[in-house]
Amino acid sequence: MRAYLLVARMWLRASLAYRTSFWLTALGNAVTSALDFAIIAIMFLHTPALGGWTLPQVAFLYGTSGMTLGLADLAVGSLDQLGQRVRDGSVDTVLVRPAAALAQLSADRFALRRVGRVFQSTLVLLWAVSRLHLDWTPGRLLVMVLLLVCGSVIFGSVFVAGGAFQFFAADAAEVQNSVTYGGATMLQYPPTIYARELVRGVVYGVPLAFVNWLPAMYVLGVPDTLGLPGWFRFASPLAALLCATAAGLAWRAALRSYRSTGS
Amino acid sequence: MGIIEVEDVVRTFTVRRRTGRLKRERTEVRAVEGLTFGIEPGEMVGYIGPNGAGKSTTIKMLTGILVPSSGRLRVAGVDPQRDRTRLARRIGVVFGQRTTLWWDLPLRDSYELGRRIYRIEEARYRRNLDRCVELLELGPLLDVPVRQLSLGQRMRGDIAAALLHDPEVLYLDEPTIGLDVVSRNRVRAFLAEINAEQGTTVLLTTHDLTDIERLCSRVMVIDHGRVVYDGGIEGLHATGRSERTLVVDLAEPAGPIQVPGTRVVRIEGPRQWLSFPASQSAAPLVAAVAANHPLVDLSVREPAIEDVIARMYGDRGEVAAESPVVGVGD
Repeated sequence: MRAYLLVARMWLRASLAYRTSFWLTALGNAVTSALDFAIIAIMFLHTPALGGWTLPQVAFLYGTSGMTLGLADLAVGSLDQLGQRVRDGSVDTVLVRPAAALAQLSADRFALRRVGRVFQSTLVLLWAVSRLHLDWTPGRLLVMVLLLVCGSVIFGSVFVAGGAFQFFAADAAEVQNSVTYGGATMLQYPPTIYARELVRGVVYGVPLAFVNWLPAMYVLGVPDTLGLPGWFRFASPLAALLCATAAGLAWRAALRSYRSTGS
Repeated sequence: MGIIEVEDVVRTFTVRRRTGRLKRERTEVRAVEGLTFGIEPGEMVGYIGPNGAGKSTTIKMLTGILVPSSGRLRVAGVDPQRDRTRLARRIGVVFGQRTTLWWDLPLRDSYELGRRIYRIEEARYRRNLDRCVELLELGPLLDVPVRQLSLGQRMRGDIAAALLHDPEVLYLDEPTIGLDVVSRNRVRAFLAEINAEQGTTVLLTTHDLTDIERLCSRVMVIDHGRVVYDGGIEGLHATGRSERTLVVDLAEPAGPIQVPGTRVVRIEGPRQWLSFPASQSAAPLVAAVAANHPLVDLSVREPAIEDVIARMYGDRGEVAAESPVVGVGD
């Protein structure tokens, strides 16, 4: 953790070496993510509900999906560029330092501009909550907190596992992006609009459904039309634990098989 | 107990080669094959061999970057694979072809990060940094972003970065590659001083044999993943099929001189060049020549170390140069 912060701080300072570029990307990101939600809002001008979910409810999904992905991306998102470091052999320099390779590589090219997504999603989530008039029982509050924590862990695990695969296959980043960014986009909409097989895939395959769909059903009091076991709504910590363990094992195997480059 | 112990270490790489449209052939390449050696604390050892011989692979296994396929490694009593981060505190590594410095930040910032990551006490850090700055003449460079440094300056910066935490073992992978004569000399002088004063064990790979001649009392030659020579630099001459040359100026031109155990390689008027095995003494030869031909002058030329080593790699050197570069990620 300490090494992570140290390395992240260095990248922050390095990025400020190109000050103008830093502010331009920050501005660009803010505009793109603002437009992003506008699309959903416009959709609701034509229909009162989407797959049985109202606009504030979909906004809740949008906010939680964006926030958890955003937090994971901020923390370990750099791992999706790991393939390049593996190919040019510069992982070597990380491995000779007395700190965990995962911490150093996660902080690699740390970019504060990624806060943008978290910030924008938080705004949408706050708006959603203010419109939903939920009864905040301790149970709801707890599931809400668990949703944000476990959701971030699940997305973070996908980043780590994706990083690990880049030790074996150079283009693994594309697959990983389709799961993280693609998955997050999927989670912005209610599960009811998707094909059954697809939903099954994100429940039993890469368990993204546990990020927000399932806990959101409990928090928002939406009936489950998918026919999944009821306790799944509270199983996010279990899913997060499984993901993190799998990712950790994949990472260790990847480091062991690192080949470096011919001198 | 050696500070570095290598026992029967093997490292193989799987190389995939495209053989058809979709077909791929997998071949196993042995980069290092049954490598065994030991290094005592305070030694300064040159590690040489042709490209692809396994030098870098060895160093990467000794730092914990690469995991050996089999065999046993110990550095400062630590297993590099199991305790990579613990080992990292006790070793310093310089890759000639790769910098550990931060490209966009002043040199000083890279050292500051090192201080925190290695948890170096303030006083020790000051002392080590001051010494490196003085000996490597880094003073004016400390506040310059690394990307603006010349290759020689950056290399000196890298060497300093590897030494701030007082490592017991220093690995240098081609530390003088691409440097001009002045920078080379400065780096060599510094390494000699660190080794003498701190007792730092140094393992150095290089293609520049002058590095070895100036710095190392011991040389290990590796070829095809095996140590083919290990000993003093003088011993190289005896082991390799190297030859010395006796140059004689005769009173008057003559036909090729016939002396057993020698052969004439060149004749220019009264001057003749005779090759003979380096292990043989020159004195009886001179006597044999002088017995039949009046001599005006003579000299004995030692073989260039490059030639000695080139002979040692032998015919297999050419094969090695053509074999695929080992260890490239696909």
